[in-house]
Amino acid sequence: MELLVASAIGVLTAAGIYLVLRQRTFPVIIGISLLTYGVNVFLFASGRLAVNLPPVLTKTAEGYSDPLPQALVLTAIVISFGMSAVIVMLALVAYLSADTDRIDMGAEKGEEN
Amino acid sequence: MNHWILAPVLLPAMIAALIVMFARHEVERQRVISILGTLALCAISVWLLMLAASGAIEVYEVGNWPAPFGIVLVLDRLSALMVLLTALLAIAVLLYAIGSGWDARGKHFHALFQFLLMGVCGAFLTGDVFNLFVFFEVLLIASYGLMIHGGGKQRLRAGVQYVAYNLLGSTLFLFALGAIYAVSGTLNMADLAQRAAEMPADEAAILRVGAVLLLLVFAVKAALLPLHFWLPATYSLTPAPVAALFAIMTKIGAYAILRVYTLVFGPDLSVMDGLVGDLLMPAALLTLIIGMVGILGSTELGRLAAFSAIGSMGTLLIAIAMFTPEATVAALYYMVHSTLATAALFLVVDLMTEHRPGAKGKIIPSPFHRYGGLTAALFFVSSIALAGMPPLSGFVGKLMIMDAARDSDLVWWIWAAILITSLIAVVGFARAGSSVFWKSAQEAAVEVPAHDDARQSESLALTATIDIIGAQVVVTELAGPIAGYLNATAGQLYAPAQYIGAVLRLEQG
Repeated sequence: MELLVASAIGVLTAAGIYLVLRQRTFPVIIGISLLTYGVNVFLFASGRLAVNLPPVLTKTAEGYSDPLPQALVLTAIVISFGMSAVIVMLALVAYLSADTDRIDMGAEKGEEN
Repeated sequence: MNHWILAPVLLPAMIAALIVMFARHEVERQRVISILGTLALCAISVWLLMLAASGAIEVYEVGNWPAPFGIVLVLDRLSALMVLLTALLAIAVLLYAIGSGWDARGKHFHALFQFLLMGVCGAFLTGDVFNLFVFFEVLLIASYGLMIHGGGKQRLRAGVQYVAYNLLGSTLFLFALGAIYAVSGTLNMADLAQRAAEMPADEAAILRVGAVLLLLVFAVKAALLPLHFWLPATYSLTPAPVAALFAIMTKIGAYAILRVYTLVFGPDLSVMDGLVGDLLMPAALLTLIIGMVGILGSTELGRLAAFSAIGSMGTLLIAIAMFTPEATVAALYYMVHSTLATAALFLVVDLMTEHRPGAKGKIIPSPFHRYGGLTAALFFVSSIALAGMPPLSGFVGKLMIMDAARDSDLVWWIWAAILITSLIAVVGFARAGSSVFWKSAQEAAVEVPAHDDARQSESLALTATIDIIGAQVVVTELAGPIAGYLNATAGQLYAPAQYIGAVLRLEQG
């Protein structure tokens, strides 16, 4: 399971970074989403991987799974979901008004806004 | 437990909600509510500063959950100072936005403004690293809205870049937090400080990785080289009052570096082994050089102001990177100065842009149709402040930094960088000023265009700009008492036992 989770995080992050380095806004947004998925799994794993264990320690339990990372992941998911919505809207408006979806602005530098 | 510590976070949130609910379509009513709220924030932060000045560290446990299980807000001298600085800057910027009519060029300026204040104050007050992340996101999402306020295709495209860059920063922040939590099991700063100090050397590698990742995140916020690329385009295309308010946002990066790397990963911590200072110092020197050279190379006033913001962040981070109490006093003084000076320059640049219908923001000769002499004087004063020339606070700040650098190994590098870049900045500002003002004066005055309705109360905008410059004069005049307070602040920062004791309720304190 460790190998599976670790490689999943690695693949998601690598794919995310590759896409973020692209020129167009759409791949960049997909890349950012993949990165946030990667980091969510990473956060989840930071509480140690455990199967079939209660979330809070009781007197009879032999072990427990750490509930805090799950709360952190929940917060992170909500935030990244909201942020993705913002950047999608923004990219769409920028594309419609500027007629280009390149994320870099090098060519038209110095133009009036 | 003092409930007022929560007020700087709660008040702007409630004001923002109030504006959205009851003043959605009336700009006038929004203005009144927003000004009243920000004035109340000023009053509360003055009171909190007086509370913190006694030297006590006030802790607010949210929901009465004791640390490290619950979230804590902590008021010490540094947070109180930063909250007060935010509130004072906010009121001046708000007056400018109203006076210049910027707030009426799009919807929801005032609500977003208050949400931004909420995030900034929260980031300064929180005592929990994950909560710091949350407040970063609160202020960032408000800043996205403010950045594209008023629209325009260049601004929107710069907005996409800005959001993408900050989303990557947030992802990095989460990776850093995950690494730190995995190895230490806590995210409360005081608790983390204790555990980091007790961490055996063979387990410290992940902690070190987490600490450096965290430094990268704060460096993105502070626009430290080589992570500064987002700043020039963002700041030069942002509406001027928002850019002026963003002057405090780069300082949040500096504040977070100062807080985390004195409290949690302190300079004496064996697992870190001075790593942070060693990484930060060369980057800060380069940031200073790039910023000041950028001033010289700018062809637009907005970029000129943006690069001067980068340059002053470089100077500030040089002082922080030394991690000695003397240097920190200098850094804090320079932080106050640099916030005010950068904000003032952005506002002055906006005044210049608005009154030169021919050239807008370009640094070329073009006649003013009004206020030519006054904006020239304001530009002159704010250039002096940012270049660090006497008699304004920039000079005092740079002097303090150079004085504090005397014991550093890199003293010649630091002195050379600060002195040479000051000269470059002077030349850069002089070039911009002479081509904008002097050469323009020689050209024949054009006919005055029709009065622009959007800018109704010019005098209010001018007053707000002059207020910020006046605040710098006050900071210069009161350098003695302020340095006294900052000395005590640095003393508190480099003796983290008191902070840890207050948060975790240890008996000896």
